Amino acid sequence: MNDMRILERSVGIKEVKISARGCQVYYGDNHAIKDVDIDIEDKTVTAFIGPSGCGKSTFLRCLNRMNDTIDIARVEGTILLDGEDIYDPKVDPVQLRAKVGMVFQKPNPFPKSIYDNIAYGPRIHGLARNKADLDEIVEKSLRRGAIWDEVKDRLDAPGTGLSGGQQQRLCIARAIATEPEVLLMDEPCSALDPIATAQVEELIDELRESYSVVIVTHSMQQAARVSQKTAFFHLGHLVEYGETGHIFTNPSDPRTESYITGRIG
Amino acid sequence: MTDLSANQPRRGAPAGRTGGSLYATDARTRRRNAAEKRFRLYGMVAVAIGVAFVIALLSVILLNGTGAFQQSFVTAPVYLDPAKLDKKGARDIEDIKKVSTFGYSPLIDEALQTMLAERGIDSTFEKPKEYRALLSASAAAQVRDYVIANPGRIGETVEFRLLASSRVDGYLKGRVTRDSIARDKNISAAHLDLADAMVAAGMLRKGFNWAFITGADASESRPEQAGMGVSMLGSLFMMLVVLGLSLPIGVAASIYLEEFAPKNRFTDLIEVNISNLAAVPSIVFGILGLAVFIQFAHLPQSAPLVGGLVLTLMTLPTIIISTRAALKAVPPSIRDAALGVGASKMQSVFHHVLPLAMPGILTGTIIGLAQALGETAPLLLIGMVGYIASNYPQGIGSGFLDPNSAMPAQIYEWAKRADPAYYERAWGGIIILLLFLMTMNIIAILLRRRFERRW
Repeated sequence: MNDMRILERSVGIKEVKISARGCQVYYGDNHAIKDVDIDIEDKTVTAFIGPSGCGKSTFLRCLNRMNDTIDIARVEGTILLDGEDIYDPKVDPVQLRAKVGMVFQKPNPFPKSIYDNIAYGPRIHGLARNKADLDEIVEKSLRRGAIWDEVKDRLDAPGTGLSGGQQQRLCIARAIATEPEVLLMDEPCSALDPIATAQVEELIDELRESYSVVIVTHSMQQAARVSQKTAFFHLGHLVEYGETGHIFTNPSDPRTESYITGRIG
Repeated sequence: MTDLSANQPRRGAPAGRTGGSLYATDARTRRRNAAEKRFRLYGMVAVAIGVAFVIALLSVILLNGTGAFQQSFVTAPVYLDPAKLDKKGARDIEDIKKVSTFGYSPLIDEALQTMLAERGIDSTFEKPKEYRALLSASAAAQVRDYVIANPGRIGETVEFRLLASSRVDGYLKGRVTRDSIARDKNISAAHLDLADAMVAAGMLRKGFNWAFITGADASESRPEQAGMGVSMLGSLFMMLVVLGLSLPIGVAASIYLEEFAPKNRFTDLIEVNISNLAAVPSIVFGILGLAVFIQFAHLPQSAPLVGGLVLTLMTLPTIIISTRAALKAVPPSIRDAALGVGASKMQSVFHHVLPLAMPGILTGTIIGLAQALGETAPLLLIGMVGYIASNYPQGIGSGFLDPNSAMPAQIYEWAKRADPAYYERAWGGIIILLLFLMTMNIIAILLRRRFERRW
C-alpha cells in the first residue's frame, strides 16, 4: 500500500444527484442487493469498492436501469434522480439512459468509424441540427475524452482498430457525447495497462467538473486516487459510505478495514 | 497442485514412476502415446474414406454426365421444295402452316439420300424413308419452324444442322454398340455403317450441346432434344418465392424470438418446435402443401408458386435457426454499448446487432436456399414432376403460375425413363444442379469471409 496516494480534495457540501432508499435487487431467487441507502452527490466522483460478487456492479446498473435487460432481475425500493423516481412506470428507460451514461468494463466501441461511434448517440437523440453541429459535437466529445489529438487525423478509421486504452477513452467520449448528467463507469480500467489507466483516471478527474461520476473498481488504489466519496459493498450490503480519505484511513466498520487491508476479498 | 501425494512414488505404482531417467520412456507414457497414435490413425482413415467417397462420387458424375453436354449433329443441305411446302405458290403463311412435319420428313430423307450419293457413300437402303432413323424426330420440326419463320426461302437449298437420333448419338459416344442394337427396332447395323461413313465424310460430328442447358424437356422418344433450361427457370421462380418469403419472415421471427420475446414456457415451446420442424422429412411438407395450398386454397397445381411456398415452409426453420445463432454470436457488449448511450432496444438491434449478424444470416439463408434447390420429395406431391414443361413461360406471372418442373424433379423424371440416353441426361442434369449448389455455397463462404472480421 506504499504507492497509495490519498489526495486531499476540498469536498464542500454538494447537491445530491442520485438518492437510493431501501433498494433491493433480486436475480431470480438470489437477493443480490440488500437494502441499500445512498446519496450520490453531483460533481463528485463516487467509487464503489468491494470484493467480487458483492453487488457493486449490480447496483451501478440499477442507476440507469441496465438491469431491465436481464429478464430475471427485479429491483425494489426507490432510486431518485434529481428527485424523480427512475423506476416510475412513466419513465422510459431510453430517456433515462440519455441522462445517465455508462462506460463498461471491456472497451466496446461499435465496429464503425471513430466518428460514427461518437456521432451515434447525438444522432439518435437529435442533438445536432446539421452536419456542422455534429462535427462540433464529435470534436468536443473527443477532446473531453482526451483522445482528440490521437485520432483527429483518422476519424474514418474503425474504432475497433484503436488500442485498448484509446478504445476505452473513445467509449467515454461516446458516453459524454450525449451530454449526460451522470456518468456510470463499471471497472473502466480493468482491461487496461497502467499507462492507459493513468490516462483514464486523469480524464475521470477532469470529468468531475461537469458530471456526477460513479465508478466501480476492484482497485482500492484507484478508488483512493480518483474518488472523493467511497462506498464499500459486501455481500449485497452497503457496509460503509463516506469521504474517501476517511474510508481508507479510518474506516468505522471492521469489514471495511479487513477489506482495505487485504484480509477479505 | 492440490494433491501433492500424486507426485510422490506410491506403493504399487509402476516402477518407471520412481525416479529413472528422462531419456527412458516408461510403460505408462508409451501406452498413452500409442493410444494417441492409434487415434490419429483412426482419424486419418476416416478422413481418407470421406475423401475417397467424394472423389468417387465426382468422378462417377463427371464420367456419366459430361456426355450430355455433347450432342451429334448432321449437317445437311435440304431443298425446300415449293411443290410440297407451298402447293398454291402464293407464299401465304397460313397455307405454309398447313403443311405438317409429315410433309417435311420426305424432304429431309431425300436430302440425306442425295447428299450421301454425292459423297459417294453407298448404302443398302432402298427407300429414302429408311434414312430417317439417323436423324432425330425433331429434324422435321426444326426445318418447318425455319420455313415458317423465313417463307421467302422456299425453293432454295438451305444448309441445316440437324440433331442426330439418340441411337446414332449414343453410337458416337460409345453408349450404343453393335451388340446392343441386335434387338433394337429403331436402328440397324446398316445405319451404324452409314454413321461411320458420315463421320468420315465430316457430315456427322459432335458439338457442344447448348440445347441441353437452354432447352425444354422432350418426349420419351426424343432424348436428344431434351434440356434443363425450362426446369431451371422453374427452379429460379421457386427460389424467388422462397427468398422473398423465407428471408423476411425468418429474420423477423428470429429477431423477435432472440431479442424481444420474453423467455417463458410458451417461447420455449416455440423454440423446441422450430428445432423439430427442421428435422421433419420434406415429404411431410409436400403433403401439407398439397392439402393446404392446392386442395384448400386452390392454387394451381405444378406451379412454381406452390413449390416455392412449400419449400419456404421447409427452409424457414433452417433460416430461423441460423439467424438466431448469428444474432447470439454478436457480443452482448455491443448491445450494452448501444443501450448505454440511450438507444432503444429496436435501435440497438437494427443499428448494431443486425449488421453484425448479417453475414451469418446471409450464409444461413443461402444454405437454406441451396437445400431447397436440391429438394425433390415435396415437389412430387404437388405435381411439379413428370412431363410438364415444353415451353418457356410467357412472362413473370406465368413463370410463377404455369405448370413447370424443377431441376431435381427433372433429373428424377429423366432417370425414370426407359431410354439409356435419358440416363445420360440425368447425370448431366446433376452436374448442372451441383454447379448451382457449389456456386451458392461459394457465395456463402465469400460473404462470410468478406464480413467476418468486423469486430
